Amino acid sequence: MAEEIILLDLWASMLGMRVRVALAEKGLKYEYREQDLRDKSPLLLEMNPVHKKIPVLIHNGKPICESLIIVQYIDEVWYNKSPLLPSDPYKRAQARFWADYTDKLYELGRQLWLTKGEEQETAKKGFMECLKLLEGELGDKPYFGGENFGFLDVALVTFSCWFFAYESFGNFSVEAECPKLVAWSKRCMEKDSVSSSLEDPLKIHGFVIMMRKELGVE
Amino acid sequence: MGEEVKLFRTWSSPFALRIVWALRIKGIEYETIFEDISNKSPSLLQYNPVHRKVPVLLHNGRPIAESLVILEYIDETWKQAPLLPVDPHERAMARFWAKFGDDKILGSIWSVFIKQGKEQEEAMVPAMENLKFLEGELKGKKFFGGETIGFVDLALGWLANLIGLLEEIVGLKVVDGEKLPLLSAWMQDFGDAPIIKDNWPARDGMILKFQALRDATIAAASK
Repeated sequence: MAEEIILLDLWASMLGMRVRVALAEKGLKYEYREQDLRDKSPLLLEMNPVHKKIPVLIHNGKPICESLIIVQYIDEVWYNKSPLLPSDPYKRAQARFWADYTDKLYELGRQLWLTKGEEQETAKKGFMECLKLLEGELGDKPYFGGENFGFLDVALVTFSCWFFAYESFGNFSVEAECPKLVAWSKRCMEKDSVSSSLEDPLKIHGFVIMMRKELGVE
Repeated sequence: MGEEVKLFRTWSSPFALRIVWALRIKGIEYETIFEDISNKSPSLLQYNPVHRKVPVLLHNGRPIAESLVILEYIDETWKQAPLLPVDPHERAMARFWAKFGDDKILGSIWSVFIKQGKEQEEAMVPAMENLKFLEGELKGKKFFGGETIGFVDLALGWLANLIGLLEEIVGLKVVDGEKLPLLSAWMQDFGDAPIIKDNWPARDGMILKFQALRDATIAAASK
């Protein structure tokens, strides 16, 4: 049966990028549909009535929501190419634990460019603590998945194209605090699936400038 | 092989209860270690350094933390009485509803519980919206897992006990049998299921604990 895969997404979303990376890892062809979150499409509302958010994967007409759930779904359906989760249950549990942990970066990152003063400092502190812990988890491995790029790599790498924006507004350097993590992100960018899915950090920076203006942050 | 299974929990944690139920459903023998949250054991801090919370499952000396992660680990390690369905799309939906419970239901119910008057009325709106989604998900099913208790039932199971307790404390009906008939019936069926019924935490202790929590929260908010 011909597979029909549609991705409802927003170009700048690091959560949507996770799905793009996973689809690319599996070599899957799909239709990308850019969403306008200020004017949500009937399809988005029909496919994600609970949260009305992106990303949403629609596979042969059936929707899957929540980026990490979508990535696991992709890994389970197309299991015979580039497995993302390891086969050992304990290692899978560790990957899931840390992938959930990376979700903290989303809200902390938002606070970094949305707020100022003390609120921003708190967010910055929290953000760097998270990254340092993740860097510790990476250790000396080439990827979080070990020798191979895996689930946790997918979960975290998409944040790396947002680092420049975070650094600009938060006034700090990720590389200064977490050099191994930056080295890891560059290693990941050598993979086609990652470089073709992540956005240009300068464009992301421009996106944040626009969002700040829209939300009245000065 | 000798399996050594230990569960770090507190007497009242609804997240830890998920693991108790899962281990009972699968017929796995385990040792319980009760933690005092105000005085966490060095073991807990060693096994869950990131969050320092319960539950933590220790299997042959290796720790797993985060209750939904632990549930998946248990399901993948012990294959009897499966908790997650086989079909990938159904599995994705199960994970979705479990996450929805933790991300949205918990917070919106808690908001209703810790507020008063007009604020409480306003908090009921998102809480009811969220509960209605669960109602919809139960259509044509006895449990979220279908005919038998599954992953989502365990994830949402805290509702079956805590809702009644919170309703009693605040004197407000949250899960109304007329407005949410399927959810009401599920709370009854799940709450009365043999493995589940025997493991609820002591009622009096729960009422005291949550009454104190509500009072403290309201006092702090009015400062």
